[in-house]
Amino acid sequence: MASIDRLGPELILLIFAGIIILADLVVPRWRSGLVAASLLGVAGSIVWSVTLVARDMRGGAFDGALVVDDFSLFFSFLFAGIAALVILASIEYVDRFVRHQAEYYALILASTAGMMLLAATTDLIAIFIALELTGVCLYILVAFLKDVRSSEAGLKYLLLGALSTAVTLYGMAFLFGLSGSTNLTDIANVVAQANDDTRAALVMAMVLLAAGLGFKMAVVPFQMWVPDVYEGAPTPITAYLSVGSKAAGFAVVMRIFMEALDARFISGDWANMFAGIAAVSMTVGNLIALTQTNIKRMLGYSSIAQAGNFLVGLAAISAADGELALGASGVLFFLAAYAFTNLGAFIAIIAISNRTGSDEIGDYAGMSRRAPLLALGLTLCLVSLTGIPPTAGFIAKVYIFNAAVQSDLVWLVIVGVLNSVVSVYYYLRVVLQMYLEAPVSEERIAAGPALGLAMAIASAGVLFIGILPFPLLEAAEAAAQVFG
Amino acid sequence: MLNTVPEAVVWAIFLLPISSFVIIGLFARPWPRWCGYITIAVVGLSFLLSLWVLDSVIQEDGRDLAFATHQWLTVGSLTVNLGLTVDGLTAIMLMVVTSVSFLVQVYSQGYMHGDPGYSRYYAFMSLFTGSMLGLVLAENLIMLYVFWELVGLCSYLLIGFWFERPAARAAATKAFIVTRLGDLGFLTAIILIWSQTGELDIPRIQEMAMAGAIGDVILTWLAAGVFAGAMGKSAQFPLHVWLPDAMEGPTPVSALIHAATMVAAGVYLVARLFPIFSASDVAMNTVAVVGGITAVVAASMGIVMTDIKRVIAYSTISQLGYMMLGLGVGGLAAGVFHLLNHAFFKALLFLGAGSVNHATNTFDMRKMGGLRRFMPWTFTTFVIAALSLAGIFPLSGFWSKDEILTDAWDERRALAWVGLVVAFMTALYIGRVVFLTFGGDYRGGEAPSTGSGQAPAGDHSSTRFQPHESPPVMVLPMIVLAVAAVLTGFLNVGEGVTHLLEGWLPPEALERTAKTEFNLGVAAMSLGFAVAGLTVAWLIYGARLLSAETLRRMFGPVHRLLVNKYYLDWLYEDILVRRVLVRGVSTGLDLFDRYVVDGVVNATAWATRFSASRLRLVQAGQLQVYGAAIFLGIVLIVAAILIVNP
Repeated sequence: MASIDRLGPELILLIFAGIIILADLVVPRWRSGLVAASLLGVAGSIVWSVTLVARDMRGGAFDGALVVDDFSLFFSFLFAGIAALVILASIEYVDRFVRHQAEYYALILASTAGMMLLAATTDLIAIFIALELTGVCLYILVAFLKDVRSSEAGLKYLLLGALSTAVTLYGMAFLFGLSGSTNLTDIANVVAQANDDTRAALVMAMVLLAAGLGFKMAVVPFQMWVPDVYEGAPTPITAYLSVGSKAAGFAVVMRIFMEALDARFISGDWANMFAGIAAVSMTVGNLIALTQTNIKRMLGYSSIAQAGNFLVGLAAISAADGELALGASGVLFFLAAYAFTNLGAFIAIIAISNRTGSDEIGDYAGMSRRAPLLALGLTLCLVSLTGIPPTAGFIAKVYIFNAAVQSDLVWLVIVGVLNSVVSVYYYLRVVLQMYLEAPVSEERIAAGPALGLAMAIASAGVLFIGILPFPLLEAAEAAAQVFG
Repeated sequence: MLNTVPEAVVWAIFLLPISSFVIIGLFARPWPRWCGYITIAVVGLSFLLSLWVLDSVIQEDGRDLAFATHQWLTVGSLTVNLGLTVDGLTAIMLMVVTSVSFLVQVYSQGYMHGDPGYSRYYAFMSLFTGSMLGLVLAENLIMLYVFWELVGLCSYLLIGFWFERPAARAAATKAFIVTRLGDLGFLTAIILIWSQTGELDIPRIQEMAMAGAIGDVILTWLAAGVFAGAMGKSAQFPLHVWLPDAMEGPTPVSALIHAATMVAAGVYLVARLFPIFSASDVAMNTVAVVGGITAVVAASMGIVMTDIKRVIAYSTISQLGYMMLGLGVGGLAAGVFHLLNHAFFKALLFLGAGSVNHATNTFDMRKMGGLRRFMPWTFTTFVIAALSLAGIFPLSGFWSKDEILTDAWDERRALAWVGLVVAFMTALYIGRVVFLTFGGDYRGGEAPSTGSGQAPAGDHSSTRFQPHESPPVMVLPMIVLAVAAVLTGFLNVGEGVTHLLEGWLPPEALERTAKTEFNLGVAAMSLGFAVAGLTVAWLIYGARLLSAETLRRMFGPVHRLLVNKYYLDWLYEDILVRRVLVRGVSTGLDLFDRYVVDGVVNATAWATRFSASRLRLVQAGQLQVYGAAIFLGIVLIVAAILIVNP
């Protein structure tokens, strides 16, 4: 029973997903009912997580396939929060689907459960199942608009996703071959005794896993699906992909690399690998983002660059004796800060494009006069993405660059700072359009209550983390202690 | 003598204007008049509080008032503190910023009267002033950097205030990007300091530098990075290109930017970190030489510009170069004292230019002339400021310029000669402005522009043929500034300001400041060069004994070079940014993305264009390319790992 108990947050989401689909058969097209049920599911999941903490139920489940620890709990809360905001942001948007609204919400809940599992599973088989659960739901959601672009995006995402899953599986097979076990702890024991004979296989496993999961993290050179899929998918799903799916990718990478491949023998190699990928991702993402004219594509490339920032934390794992390496907690903190920021930006975009029907940056001209609050919120989020105080993005960058300095990765910090400067240019361009250009039309744009609420929550989060980062910092550091 | 100022009061000095920004932004916007009053009241209050601070600091002989440092953020080994530095340097800067800002806000009541963005204007001005005050008070580098960026952001917003005009937008963007280039150096320096010492509090870093705990090479790099930031903000060659364009903002904004905020930040930063600079000869020499070059280059361009604001803008760059030169030869007090004097007469010059524009609707000096008859107050105050800038005894500019020259004379003789040449050029260009604008006959001005933009709204219907004096609300601040431009020079006759400015220095750094006595020879030479400059200006533009046209033809190529601003703008914008950066790097990557990656698709698209389904297209090629890229990536990474660490 304890095992079921520990699976509670994910189970509640899945149960509610089922309820929503069944209820839609009984009471068709009851819009607000669907929304209420989905939010209730998320709330239930959060409450269950809270009780897990309160009852101190940390521990393994299902013979070590799953674990409830500070790391998995951190992500449970994060993913539930993301799901809640995405659902709020979807309410107006999904009105354009005549049918299948219930499936839309149910899939969001199911994929959220999958993401939570990704952070909690400690067995290669279970990880793979969680990966597929998340992936399949997302493939469908991406294609949900059923127009040409959305279908193309969905199909691309599916095929490339399948390819990357195959790569991941190949990497897992190497690990299994080396250790004879699928359990991460067992693998760690074997890796700890690895020698030069098994090194080549270990390197192969490591690179294949990084490549397969790099697809989810959306880092160069495994990022090619990003712009097309981001542009084609329904915008709330784009938002969801950019924060949820990405965070899940980082969660599982941290779980595998920091738990199973933690041995000195190999950790230096993957730290260097991630440092290299980080530098390339930041640079390529930023430079291509410079020339984009579609805001969703721009944020797509920006998310590649930001993933590079997160990877800095994975590279910064060495620290002087007696000091806590800040890389892992830096990634967690950055992921949460980025979730609020990027969701906020996308919510503003959803609200604006619901009215204007355009995602071109040029059509944001004069938005400060057409939609003052949305423009202000979007500006705040873009400022945070740039990493200017007093926003969450600033603290996150300071934190993660601090971790890099601590690990003697000053070169990477300099690359990162240079990239931040480049990024100012394209983030600022949107702000410039909104505040300095004459509006295309005088029509006022107002966000509906749900979008407005979501925007307010995201903006408040960005500012709160920017000014009082301590609660989140403590949570992130506690979660990172799991790998201590 | 008052009691020592409590810490809460000092916090209030910069939090008041910032809260004024918030109040205007959130509540007061619909009532523009009140926005103006709130800003003026708040900045006035900050000024009074700054007086209290000055009083306390004088009692302490300019030493640090030693307020508590508050811990704000602890991240592993990194601790970010919040704390205030209040010493002689801070007190002087507070006085300069609050007083100039106060007068500019009052003047704006007249100049911005009726502008549709009146509330927004005062909101930004409040934030601008508050950020600059915060920058001056910050005790640690992170806090300083935050305000440093805020100052940059505000100047961006204010330069682009009339965003309907493309020139204003371009100027704002240029200012932001060019100064950020410098900020990059500053940020790198902060990271370097932090990775080397684990400290971000300026006093602690200085202690370490003085104690020799930081290596010479590191120290030099550190100073170089900080100076790069200062070069951007204080418009030093070759990062000076943004400042002349920045006059696209409303004129009072220019007055504030050029006198008390923004550009003063760079000089302040170098002065604040003077102990670190003084520990490295290379750094000091760099500062001095860059300052010298800036002073000459900018002054030479000032001679040929026809736009009155542009001349004054180049004059600012040139004078900032002077200040850097002073700091670089060890004249901490001289440099900062010049900043103080310069703030008043330069603000006055800009307000005067704004007043002239108010009357004539143009900034083009070729369309002015003869204004002394129509605008006696503007004329008188402008001439006082001009003479002060030229360095004529006994106006304020003379004293501080003389101190810089004397320091340079003793420490680096060659730079003193540079300074003297600049003194001549300064007198020449500012003399030219005075004669062209106020002398001779009125040349007609320009018809009032309609709509918002260039000229402030208001009644200009009668100004076409009859320029008139500006309203008292504009003239009064100018008179106050004129009094300051006459008197502030005497402040340091008894070395009082020097004493105050050097009181906070650690003994090791104090040793390295230039200590020079008043030198009658240097004073006489500087005065002589200035008078010579004014005379030449009078000969050409006043008495017209020499023809400007003939001279222009004589120096044809030189003139062309100067008018084109040494082709630097062209080099930066056209060659570096447009050709190399945009068209090169990012287009290259975009091309790669578009053609190498999508090219396969497009080729297929061409072949299969009769079967128009996009899905077919996907199956036809793009995916294979993506898949291939993934495998290529894997192979490359494995290869890299095995090569680096076999």
